[in-house]
Amino acid sequence: MTSTTPAPRPAPPARPAARPTPTPAPAASRVEHVTGAQSLIRALEEVGAEVVFGMPGGAILPAYDPLMDSTRVRHVLVRHEQGAGHAAEGYAAATGKVGVCMATSGPGATNLVTALADANMDSVPIVAITGQVGSAAIGTDAFQEADIRGITMPITKHNYLVTDPADIPRVVAEAFHIASTGRPGPVLVDVTKDTLQAQTTFSWPPTFELPGYRPVTKPHGKQIREAARLIREARRPVFYLGGGLIRADASEELRELVELTQIPLVTTLMARGVVPDSHPLHLGMPGMHGSVAAVTGLQKADLLIALGTRFDDRVTGKLATFAPLAKVIHADVDPAEIGKNRIADVPMVGDAREVCAELLKALSGEDALGDYAAWRAEVADYKRRYPLGHTAPESGLMSPQHVIERIGALSGPEATYVAGVGQHQMWAAQFIEYSRPNSWLNSGGLGTMGYCVPAAMGAKVAEPERVVWGIDGDGCFQMTNQELATCVINKIPIKIAVINNSSLGMVRQWQTLFYNERYSNTDLHTAHGGSRVPDFVKLAEAYGCAGLRCEREEDLDATIQAALEIDERPVVVDFVVCRDAMVWPMVPAGVSNDEILYARDLSPVWDREEDDMTGGNVPDQEEQVPAR
Amino acid sequence: MNTHVLSVLVENKPGVLARIAALFSRRGFNIHSLAVGPTEHDEISRMTVLVDADELPLEQVTKQLNKLIEVLKVVELEPEQTVERRIILVKVRTEPSTRSHILETAELFRARVVDVAADSVTIEATGRLDKLEALLALLQPYGVKELVQSGLVAIGRGPRSITDRALKTH
Repeated sequence: MTSTTPAPRPAPPARPAARPTPTPAPAASRVEHVTGAQSLIRALEEVGAEVVFGMPGGAILPAYDPLMDSTRVRHVLVRHEQGAGHAAEGYAAATGKVGVCMATSGPGATNLVTALADANMDSVPIVAITGQVGSAAIGTDAFQEADIRGITMPITKHNYLVTDPADIPRVVAEAFHIASTGRPGPVLVDVTKDTLQAQTTFSWPPTFELPGYRPVTKPHGKQIREAARLIREARRPVFYLGGGLIRADASEELRELVELTQIPLVTTLMARGVVPDSHPLHLGMPGMHGSVAAVTGLQKADLLIALGTRFDDRVTGKLATFAPLAKVIHADVDPAEIGKNRIADVPMVGDAREVCAELLKALSGEDALGDYAAWRAEVADYKRRYPLGHTAPESGLMSPQHVIERIGALSGPEATYVAGVGQHQMWAAQFIEYSRPNSWLNSGGLGTMGYCVPAAMGAKVAEPERVVWGIDGDGCFQMTNQELATCVINKIPIKIAVINNSSLGMVRQWQTLFYNERYSNTDLHTAHGGSRVPDFVKLAEAYGCAGLRCEREEDLDATIQAALEIDERPVVVDFVVCRDAMVWPMVPAGVSNDEILYARDLSPVWDREEDDMTGGNVPDQEEQVPAR
Repeated sequence: MNTHVLSVLVENKPGVLARIAALFSRRGFNIHSLAVGPTEHDEISRMTVLVDADELPLEQVTKQLNKLIEVLKVVELEPEQTVERRIILVKVRTEPSTRSHILETAELFRARVVDVAADSVTIEATGRLDKLEALLALLQPYGVKELVQSGLVAIGRGPRSITDRALKTH
């Protein structure tokens, strides 16, 4: 094969968006003679990384030497690399800035995998820097060698293996750009040890080309007009609001849009706080453990305005019967999400903030909106008839819902709440009242037990002035609580509420409901039956944290207050709660959202007329549904 | 399910092939064949992927491919607007009595003999899938000792070039 003339390389001044975002200081543009390791740290400084969570080891060791001298990048030494990954996520999710974690090759890098997968599912902008064995040793099964680039290909937005020190500034700039733009996500940069040790030059900013990466942020005008038309024609519209709105920092524009349109809304698990829960049009959280009003509102809607959300199975339940009568306007910055699970009548690719702003303009004219008054009254009635609630347990132990509710009430909306995964996560999503974006951090897509403690640590580092509560379970807490050592030593005074039901509670709930109360391997012996293995108060004290315990309702507020008053060191509160409490409402897995249970064996009662109208009980409804 | 021919223009960088192959496998798509090589631009490689998928899943795979940072462009080639070729090398058992028949068959298909031994010939043939299948069916009775096939390569008819358009959008 011959080519006549070499193709002209694209000229360097490309799209302005492809520049690293921070404007470099003029002094930084001069060329510095450095090692690869120094280049890496200089690049992190220039790109604006303030904090790196990490742990050194053989292959990354060269980078830790200049890191020690950096006055602009603070390193927080974690106790496990997974903690570094989740801390970077917590830092990013609390602020919208890119979180950074660092680990060595092999096991250091593979320990980051869970956090990277988590960040990939929840669109969290993080950059992971890993050391790699020397270039010459790659592929030889060298000591602490793992092909982390290959391993993380399916769970990162992008990743790199750097073998030429001259590439370091460009790769770091690209990694931060890719992580933070479009649909945010994790980027891994694997650097071989010889690259870190080699001599090179450093100048900033580097130029880079990403010809295959052009996120569309501005929605198409025609689609906006089409969306506006559907909104005008609708009688029963609902805003189905997802985490993309939070990542896009769209809450201000969104709130204006809600005020203008007066259309009822639901916020998914990832979007809690994007519109205050106290808003009269807020129907709550949809999905498997959503409120009756939110779930039913979606089921009976004639139009879903889905913004920054991805029709996840935990929201839709059985897809074929999800919102069967609704047309769909679906806006997301990731084109691959549109039409993936549910076909959109109006597909719209764009940044959630720009979409909100454009919709706001398009709907501002006269007669731009339909009459939704009857619908508002109807959903308000669902809300009134089926509020979220819980009953006091018969065991005499505290109700976990009540504990979480009181933590929220006493700590207020300015605090940040970070959950693990399981029952306590659902209750924290339900019973804390959120009123600002980024005040609720959790592992939604991957469902990572162990997220809470390190993510809370990252959130507290990002915003030290805020109260940061980790709402954790006794199972989750035991997965990553080693980071309490990191918190104590680095003066990161987070507060951890262990909602201790001595069980893997969510699994136990399923065993109660679907496995004839056969509790296979869900008893953790952390509270009930006389054993405390481990004793969380002693564990906390062993780490140098304050350890509190609360077992009686009458001590609840005082204990929370005591925890709130400790701010010089981390606090762990062992809230011993009833283990039979269950998360309600619930749509059992794999069934239609019409089958929502308000409590055990208790379905909401709708009159026949409504059921007929929505087709909720029509047996052949699957055929009517425009979804795959 | 239908087969579709996708032309995927990618940056010519290490690991791109692994990234694309992994994407097909983890999203549950079956690749019939895959051919990859550089284009007239050194920095761009072109993959031709023959994939089994219905229309909607195909749209999803196209979107997922486009999400890969190193993918520049994904084009589905319409069969009627496309020149498709594949190459096969087939080693056929010969006997003095069959050799001339085999050579005649090869000639009819404009195939070439690229190696001869006392009791075998190796035939090189290029063409569309159906032509090659017909040739193979005729050779089968003589005894196919070894067969190797390339992935499909395909290019759109007419003067337009998808690589040019990929570069212009830089």
